[in-house]
Amino acid sequence: MKALWPLRKGTLGVPVGVSVDPHRMDPFADTLQRLREAFSSGHTRPVEFRATQLKGLGRFLQENKQLLQEALAQDLRKSAFEGDMSEILLCQNEVDLALKNLHTWTKDKPVAKNLFTQLDSAFIRKEPFGLVLIIAPWNYPVNLTLMPLVGALAAGNCVVLKPSEISKSTEKVLAEVLPRYLDQSCFAVVLGGPEETGQLLEHKFDHIFFTGSPRVGKIVMTAAAKHLTPVTLELGGKNPCYVDDNCDPQTVANRVAWFRYFNAGQTCVAPDYVLCSPETQARLLPALQSAITRFYGDDPRASPDLGRIINHKHFQRLRGLLSCGRVAIGGQSDDSDRYIAPTVLVDVQETEPVMQQEIFGPILPILNVRGLDEAIDFINRREKPLALYAFSNNSQVINQMLDRTSSGTFGGNDGFVYLTLPSLPLGGVGNSGMGRYHGEFSFDTFSHHRACLLAPSDLEKINEIRYPPYSGWNQQVISWAMGNQRCSILPHPGSPLLIHPALLQWDPPHSDMWEN
Amino acid sequence: MSTISEVVQRARAAFLSGRTRPLQFRIQQLEGLRRLIREREKDLVGALTADLHKNEWNAYYEEIVYVLEEVEHVIKKLPEWAADEPVEKTPQTQQDEAYIHSEPLGVVLIIGAWNYPFNLTIQPMVGAIAAGNAVVIKPSELSENTERLLATLIPQYLDKDLYHVVTGGVPETTEVLKERFDHILYTGSPGIGKVIMAAAAKHLTPVTLELGGKNPCYVDKDCDLDVACRRIAWGKFMNSGQTCVGPDYILCDPSIQNQIVEKLKKSLKEFYGEDARKSRDYGRIINSQHFQRVMGLLEGQKVAYGGTGDAATRYIAPTILTDVDPQSQVMQEEIFGPLMPIVCVGSLEEAIRFINQREKPLALYVFSLHDKVIQKMIAETSSGGVTANDVIVHITVPSLPFGGVGNSGMGSYHGKKSFQTFSHRRSCLVRPLLNEETLRARYPPSPAKMPRH
Repeated sequence: MKALWPLRKGTLGVPVGVSVDPHRMDPFADTLQRLREAFSSGHTRPVEFRATQLKGLGRFLQENKQLLQEALAQDLRKSAFEGDMSEILLCQNEVDLALKNLHTWTKDKPVAKNLFTQLDSAFIRKEPFGLVLIIAPWNYPVNLTLMPLVGALAAGNCVVLKPSEISKSTEKVLAEVLPRYLDQSCFAVVLGGPEETGQLLEHKFDHIFFTGSPRVGKIVMTAAAKHLTPVTLELGGKNPCYVDDNCDPQTVANRVAWFRYFNAGQTCVAPDYVLCSPETQARLLPALQSAITRFYGDDPRASPDLGRIINHKHFQRLRGLLSCGRVAIGGQSDDSDRYIAPTVLVDVQETEPVMQQEIFGPILPILNVRGLDEAIDFINRREKPLALYAFSNNSQVINQMLDRTSSGTFGGNDGFVYLTLPSLPLGGVGNSGMGRYHGEFSFDTFSHHRACLLAPSDLEKINEIRYPPYSGWNQQVISWAMGNQRCSILPHPGSPLLIHPALLQWDPPHSDMWEN
Repeated sequence: MSTISEVVQRARAAFLSGRTRPLQFRIQQLEGLRRLIREREKDLVGALTADLHKNEWNAYYEEIVYVLEEVEHVIKKLPEWAADEPVEKTPQTQQDEAYIHSEPLGVVLIIGAWNYPFNLTIQPMVGAIAAGNAVVIKPSELSENTERLLATLIPQYLDKDLYHVVTGGVPETTEVLKERFDHILYTGSPGIGKVIMAAAAKHLTPVTLELGGKNPCYVDKDCDLDVACRRIAWGKFMNSGQTCVGPDYILCDPSIQNQIVEKLKKSLKEFYGEDARKSRDYGRIINSQHFQRVMGLLEGQKVAYGGTGDAATRYIAPTILTDVDPQSQVMQEEIFGPLMPIVCVGSLEEAIRFINQREKPLALYVFSLHDKVIQKMIAETSSGGVTANDVIVHITVPSLPFGGVGNSGMGSYHGKKSFQTFSHRRSCLVRPLLNEETLRARYPPSPAKMPRH
């Protein structure tokens, strides 16, 4: 029985005639409009303006260091030590680097000249995209919001920042304090959860920078496709850590443990699991215990240097993983403060949950392989991870691992130290992401690289060859070019052949004949 | 006959065999492509003639030569591009090796277009092969002769397991897009670009989208109009206007409109004679649907030259429209045909505003004797690329990346940029398993003087 008065659905899927608060419908429209207009006005183009914004960001970091440390402590029980090293200082360095290099980065880049381009100017102009959206996660809520922001501002864009609502204390500082340091006609912080983010993503942006899980990465890219918006997706995966028999177990254990348990394991580039022989496992276990004790004391729970899990949902998830395999080290947990002990699991099967998801916690499973080939096969059966680590005294082993696998980044004999080099970008591949950033790579990521050629208005003789009608002479040119096996100079607009002085005197036949 | 799924599986298995890793193998394949072009040039021209009425010269000069040059350039440069690229180190990492390592992505899909059906399928393929990928190409079914020829020739000259041609129309393209690739390069319209990107999103496949738009051509009062119009006529009417980087419309002061018309006419007569239909050098529209579409754009327009067409041969005369209303249909879509609308604007500023009210185009052209005019036009607009005082040629410089922005696309290729587009560039830091003492400072417990919570 058809309804007598079927409800018509409006454009947002809400039945027409139902009264809805338009502001609730789209809380972002006004902000985005304002930022777009600011961009169109050219406000963010001058290098001086961008430098002012970056200096503002620098002052925000300097003047609110304690506030940020407290927020990080509240959100993740991050020690000031970790907060400085992995968040605040890194961002300060990034700001300084951008300020120092802004003039160089924004200059037109001349390109390789051949004979033709000696006569004119060929260069790449870096331009801002326009309105850029940065969506940040909760695990390094300062770093993963502000590092991309540096690049976006340096490149001259207007920016909408969407910090994670899960790291609530940091979100508050970013929403309430940060805008005071920046020109708010070109910058806005927007808040909300998955539903609001979905609404935000319906709008058109000129670039979207997202850090988070592959699952949500797909949602972001699908939304971006509707507007042909380019995206940078910094995602995740299970980062393998291969430990060769030929190594010093204590050195390896120190390095693996530190990078695994940093931020209570909530690091996208942390080693996720270890692959090694049973013999190496036997040497590693006591070394890992020794490292954990050295770093966090006999009772890691009392250590101020060990973080906590971000929220109960993740805590429950991780607690569930503790029953995989067998606990060789740690295994304790306490939900009153979302504590999970630095843990090592052994006798783990590939099919168990701890090997089916990115762990993102202070749990390190060890799986056994018989040698490098088996390790490589194991790794290559899986999605390409964001990071891959190999430990060995033998450089051949390191090189083999590098050559026969793929991952966003690669660390030989240490963890994610490469993040401290501005000359090495951070980015994933395959399921772990697309695009990259840090340092100048951020500037490039947030810029359109426009190919520019300023041709001479004279010297029209050079172009004669290209105009119709085409004659027997053109035919000869083809035969010559095709027949010449070693030819690397082919006649066409960009080719040096046309610049030969003799050609400048030559008057090509323009009769409409094809007889040769 | 394999299904599309089987073809992609075969390509992936071949890639995983590791065969493409050695540079020598990739160079051999590229040499195979070079042989294909040199030995089968007549067949290629035959297909392009059948599809688009190209003759030997414009097939060579507008399509084939660029692919040949790309092959030569890439063969020569590959060892340099593929080598590990050392990067600047910090004081703390002086003893380490820090570099960027290039690796293939895996299986690449290239979806070609019909207007330069050989070039737009094979030039990207050169980069994909050089970077060590397996490649599936899906030429456009609209340029069916070239499609069929590529399906025949590619397996004759290149490794049969690594490189495949998939033919067919919308259903086959839809099937292909369900498969998982490691990069997709698509050349075509923004509308389909969105479909491609949405399909790619399901697998987190990065995309390079070479799309289109209305490429503006601003002609300043102060310029050598003879030269400008000659160059514009060449770029506009080549391939009967079916060029993604061709000048789509002219913006100029009303005081020079008539001169522009006269000079364009003069060049057109020089190029194609009084009746372009009789010229061997003038192209045809790809199919009836596009013929109808382009002819429809003439409605209500003031025709200063041309304006006629013949449906049977899909011939449309080189046409110039004057005093065109920006609201009319011919100014609402990419023309992709031999109609040149002239829209009058009162100043450079007005031209810039006009351009900025519209989607970012793939290319932008500006003709002027004044450097300041050119600089201002470039500085206050955006587009994929720019040529000043000529058209199209910025895409022939191998060291300039070719790509769009906004609605005209994302990503780019040509030359080294192709190699980079089809590679993963992996950041690497390798250090010795020594000097553990020097790293002491980074480990907890944190120094006593740090604040505790």
